[in-house]
Amino acid sequence: MSTPVSRPTLIENARIVDPASGTDSQGAVLIEDGLIAEIAIGAPIGVPDGAEVINAKGLILAPGLIDMRVFTGEPGKEYRETLQSAGDAAAAGGVTSFVMMPDTTPVVDDGALVDFLIRRAKATSRVNVLPAGAITKGLNGTEMTEYGLLKEAGAVCLTDGRHAIQSPAMLRTAMSYAANYGMIFVHHLCDTDLAGAGVMNEGLFATILGLKGIPREAETIPLARDLQLAALTGVNYHAAQISCAASVELVAAAKRRNKSVTAGVSINNLALNENDIGRYRTFFKLSTPLRSEDDRQAIVEGLRNGTIDTIHSDHDPQDTEVKRQPFAEASDGAIGLETLLAAALRLVHSGDVDILTVLRAMTSRPADILGLAAGRIAVGAPADLILFDLEYPWQVSEQQLRSRSRNTSFEGARLAGKVMRTIVGGETVFEHVD
Amino acid sequence: MAQARASTTSTSSASSSGDFPPFNQRHLLSIADLQQHEIIQLLDRAEAMVPVSRQERKSHPTLTGKTQINLFFEPSTRTQGSFEIAGKRLGALVMNMSVKSSSVSKGETLVDTATTLNAMRPDVIVVRHGAAGAVELLSQKVGCAVINAGDGAHEHPTQALLDALTIRNHKGRISGLTVAICGDIANSRVVRSNLLLLGALNVRTRVIAPRNLLPVGIEHLASEVFTDMREGLAGADVVMMLRLQHERAQGRMIPSVREYYRFYGLDAEKLSYAKPDAIVMHPGPMNRGVEIDPAIADGPASVITDQVEMGVAVRMAVLDALLPSRNEP
Repeated sequence: MSTPVSRPTLIENARIVDPASGTDSQGAVLIEDGLIAEIAIGAPIGVPDGAEVINAKGLILAPGLIDMRVFTGEPGKEYRETLQSAGDAAAAGGVTSFVMMPDTTPVVDDGALVDFLIRRAKATSRVNVLPAGAITKGLNGTEMTEYGLLKEAGAVCLTDGRHAIQSPAMLRTAMSYAANYGMIFVHHLCDTDLAGAGVMNEGLFATILGLKGIPREAETIPLARDLQLAALTGVNYHAAQISCAASVELVAAAKRRNKSVTAGVSINNLALNENDIGRYRTFFKLSTPLRSEDDRQAIVEGLRNGTIDTIHSDHDPQDTEVKRQPFAEASDGAIGLETLLAAALRLVHSGDVDILTVLRAMTSRPADILGLAAGRIAVGAPADLILFDLEYPWQVSEQQLRSRSRNTSFEGARLAGKVMRTIVGGETVFEHVD
Repeated sequence: MAQARASTTSTSSASSSGDFPPFNQRHLLSIADLQQHEIIQLLDRAEAMVPVSRQERKSHPTLTGKTQINLFFEPSTRTQGSFEIAGKRLGALVMNMSVKSSSVSKGETLVDTATTLNAMRPDVIVVRHGAAGAVELLSQKVGCAVINAGDGAHEHPTQALLDALTIRNHKGRISGLTVAICGDIANSRVVRSNLLLLGALNVRTRVIAPRNLLPVGIEHLASEVFTDMREGLAGADVVMMLRLQHERAQGRMIPSVREYYRFYGLDAEKLSYAKPDAIVMHPGPMNRGVEIDPAIADGPASVITDQVEMGVAVRMAVLDALLPSRNEP
């Protein structure tokens, strides 16, 4: 949001956790002109004249989260979500920047739309909205968009969102052309032929429910193909979201040979498994599907050992009309901006993953992949910061979420960890009120 | 072995449900929801209903003044007809609604349909739907009892009950028998309900199918899994054949009917591996010459028409069990 140059802000007595520098110590940060001006570890900073002082005692100061996969309803389905409501949800969840998927009406497959969205988001959203450009026109999987013009207009990466391109020849051409402009190529992994009419993970549980299963191979076969084509074309390739143990192995093997490969995971696949579907609960109908507990644990291990680079919310607002349906007929997707941090902190509280690793996957790693200056607490970096209480207990209630849609997969969940303040460009855009 | 209770008082106001403990279920959505004693009670109640349909005045009006809606999103002749006759013999007002799923996808959602029907204040809705879980979803939106008449490949509880009653009548018991189910296991709701029910009654269950028609994890639901039909039938007390949707199956599920029939069709030679007194069942409608030899389907081992008769009794029993418990003050 455009604001006049504001007075300096000093955050003191904070536990500064900055994955980029590996910092986890008490300290203070001074913000001036929307940027981080000074960082003091273990020592105080003198209060500049007229500065606002925030006493962050008991709170963690971390870079604001960067969410690499968010669907909005604007343009085209504003009743599901607008840039403003998504921004409100993001701010409350500690997400200071999100990559907006091109699956809108119209599809973001043209530089003019990217330009429009950036300006529209500046006017209405509390957080930074980073549009992604479509890989193919209208997400049709067959015709390339104008990658050069999309990049000039400000698209941070290329992706067909929830659509998966099926043709290897098309992918090869698109990756090669994307490499030409140095664009990050983010691809959803689904062999639609093999997935067929499947609606959840293939296995005993699907068999009991009488639902058609999606085999893991519907993910691993296109992943193996993509990784080979990425090596062939030299593109910076990001597997949008992986869900199973075999995919973690494929990515790990590819990374040993190719430094330009990265992989993301949805918080849903990190925090939940197929058993959460229970008796046809459609808020757990997701694409990528929830997998088994063994797969979830392999994903956690992949995060721990660095095979998985990023965690995102896969925020996907869907209205009641399309969710209150028989499972197979309901739409995929769940909202997640507001619960992303607390759900990820479950891994910290359970002792599975340390806090620096969890936060790195939502701050400096996505920033590195997307080439952003944010995502770190460094002098000169944008003052996109969050203060959160690591232990704060709360229960998710869809009524209290800020998204326009209610399809949370964490309804009723008891979580520990809450954002107390979110700062974007030096301005406080969210403050928790008890 | 039919019990005499209630069978001679067809025109009186006596309720057979009075002879049984209350049935503490609001709906009948799946066999998985039932305890063993509830399954046995439903079978006993159905047994008591059998004579009603065998007497001249086929009337046992315990549901007089009640409204039953048969809501079928998939076409069905025998199940819908069976529920209709069951309701009418109990004196209920029965309305049949066949909804083509295409008209539903044009706008009105399942929940809309449920809300609309609920406003007509039925006492029970019998639902068949092509999607697993759809009947349960509908049950959450209405104030009356709901009976699942088949939801996708999930469950078909009254079919499993009528199969069990047929087996009990012919074998004198259920527990300890070996029941072999053969055919398209992957896409069958009948299989899931039967495995749950027979498993709860300590039956040795077997499934027999080519590998590509066996769903993942089936070995956890059946006692034994076979791909060779002769091995699967060896020593079986009951052979249950499933309908192959061969119009849909050809090409992707099976290469040809003749190959399927050669390896998985029930003929006299394959049946000879089962016990000499084995009975042959089929939920219908049958494809003679696809999954079963006509000589077997219409032969002495076949109890297929008995299944149809038991179907009416089971549905009367289920209606009778669900409704009084809801309307007593």
